[in-house]
Amino acid sequence: MKFPAKGKLVYAAAGAALLAFAALVVAGGSGYAERIFIGLAISIVLAEALNLFNGFTGLFSLGHVGFMAIGAYASAILTLPLQAKASNLPDLPAWLAQVQLPFLPAALVGALVATLVAALVGVPLMRLTGPYVSVATMGFLVITQVVLANWDSMTRGARTFAGVQSLTTPVNAWIWAAVAVYLVLRIKNSSFGRSMRASRDNEIAAESIGTNVVGQRLIAFCMSAFLTAIGGALWAHFICAFSPKSFYFSQTFSVITMVVVGGLGSILGSVVGVLFVTVLSEILRYLEGGFSLGPLAVPPVYGASQVIMAIVLVLVIVYRPTGIMGESDSGLASLGKALGRRMGAGGANK
Amino acid sequence: MTQLEYLLQQLINAVSMGSLYALMAIGLAMVFGILRLINFAHGDLIMVGSYGVLLLNAAGLPFIAAAAAGAALSGVAGLLMERLAYRPIRGAGDVAMLLNSFAVTILLENLGIVIFTAKSRPFPSPEAFNAVVELGAVRVSSLSLISIATTVILLVLLTIFVTKTEIGISLRATAQDLVAARLMGIDVNKVIAAAFLIGSCLAGVVGVLWSARIGKVDPLMGFQPVLKAFVASVVGGLGSIPGAVLGGYILGIIEVLLQGLLPSSLAPFRDAFVFALLIVLLLFRPNGIMGGRDKEKI
Repeated sequence: MKFPAKGKLVYAAAGAALLAFAALVVAGGSGYAERIFIGLAISIVLAEALNLFNGFTGLFSLGHVGFMAIGAYASAILTLPLQAKASNLPDLPAWLAQVQLPFLPAALVGALVATLVAALVGVPLMRLTGPYVSVATMGFLVITQVVLANWDSMTRGARTFAGVQSLTTPVNAWIWAAVAVYLVLRIKNSSFGRSMRASRDNEIAAESIGTNVVGQRLIAFCMSAFLTAIGGALWAHFICAFSPKSFYFSQTFSVITMVVVGGLGSILGSVVGVLFVTVLSEILRYLEGGFSLGPLAVPPVYGASQVIMAIVLVLVIVYRPTGIMGESDSGLASLGKALGRRMGAGGANK
Repeated sequence: MTQLEYLLQQLINAVSMGSLYALMAIGLAMVFGILRLINFAHGDLIMVGSYGVLLLNAAGLPFIAAAAAGAALSGVAGLLMERLAYRPIRGAGDVAMLLNSFAVTILLENLGIVIFTAKSRPFPSPEAFNAVVELGAVRVSSLSLISIATTVILLVLLTIFVTKTEIGISLRATAQDLVAARLMGIDVNKVIAAAFLIGSCLAGVVGVLWSARIGKVDPLMGFQPVLKAFVASVVGGLGSIPGAVLGGYILGIIEVLLQGLLPSSLAPFRDAFVFALLIVLLLFRPNGIMGGRDKEKI
């Protein structure tokens, strides 16, 4: 396979940026650098998970943040020390009030719950055509929002869920980011992934050769929900205090922006998109607080960073509708194949 | 009050809510029908119109004139939106369009916050809006009746527009088949602009009625109504104008029914039930009520 020069360049730039962040953190840099570093990993998990569904099936879910919320709340509740449970969530059902799990099992339980919910919601939803899926998944997001904000005994309702254990470290966050990238890449190049992309590009043709398009989408939806919930759990133990409002449209918009700016369907693209959006929004947030350029003092304008972010997104879509990377993964795909062979798992494809 | 009168009173509430949803959903349907664009930013046109009314009224314009100007302002904002954000990427695919509408929403809401701050302001609804009208034992607010009457008038005008005028007929033709319409010599750009203008003016009218109902204006006020309008337009069948109207009224009736039937412990979950019902409906009618059962033909 021929490497396009641009792909190589972006690849190198993304790698360099990540290494720079890592070096900053390892060098015992500020807590700020470490937080960005962890935040990047979590965003990569969320973006790859969304990419797995929105990028490969051709449907566009607006409800994935609902799965993120399920992962976050489930893991937060399960890891809460018993004493904190008694004081913060006194109305918890008895079987839950007696459990305290470490991070990994708690996150996995959360992810399984999200997968079950995805299977339940997915059965009616995956039969729909494109725009109906978008609106219906958005409906799912509203449902999770309403349930979280009113299920007082489990979630403290609309109030902040504070005191969540701080369990997300640079190491476990980046392990999950690597797992997400690897998994989604392997899925993309597996026969399942190829068949899924074939259905995306021509649903009728795919059906005519016997592809079960609806079943395929349902599986992708569930896997994607699983990974999203893991991302949610990592996020919960990173932020440590959140409310249902944290899992609504602004979060949805931010993950979607990352995936689309990077290039829908491109695994490397999602990583690039995460880097691009994170760095840009950090810069904008810094500038929003007001700054001075020599004699020129710019007062703080709250909301301005969001305005600029939205304009950047419009510009990217207008001038590069397929995102920075398009759908390509040329460099990464061969890397994944090589890795796959070395690990004795066979090539990514025959 | 007898049971019948109670029922009548609730029905008027349902129809007046449904009228607002229907007006919103029409705008969504017109744009979706032609461009296959799910326009999230449609809700923010409500906000634009409401602030327009607020400012013009404060500047001394009588309320009715301010309301008309506010609706027109929404229309202009819709035209600008189409020209600046949607026309440059026409044909880039549904996802790019959807995302752009997301971006436009964020842009408008945050512009609203930058200009007016996030604090809500009281809406200057005139006395006539807040009166209680008694029809026998049935007591309804005059605002409900005004909403219903306004919607009926607008629906009649809209029907005349899409069936009798040249541009209205072009609009339906374009919604049916954009390429064929263009081949027949229809100026598609003009048609799309007209769809945005009309839909946005309707959103502006909703802005006036909605703000009068909740009594305040804030930069994020368009969010809740547009979510409901999505439900209405999906229930009716995306892209169908009669479907949008039907969906709006069905939604209004369902909301009032849920309000009456849900036990108080479940009352806060009302919106969850509305969306769950939507998903159940889609199980049986994947293309909405008026969307037909056909799959895409080859």
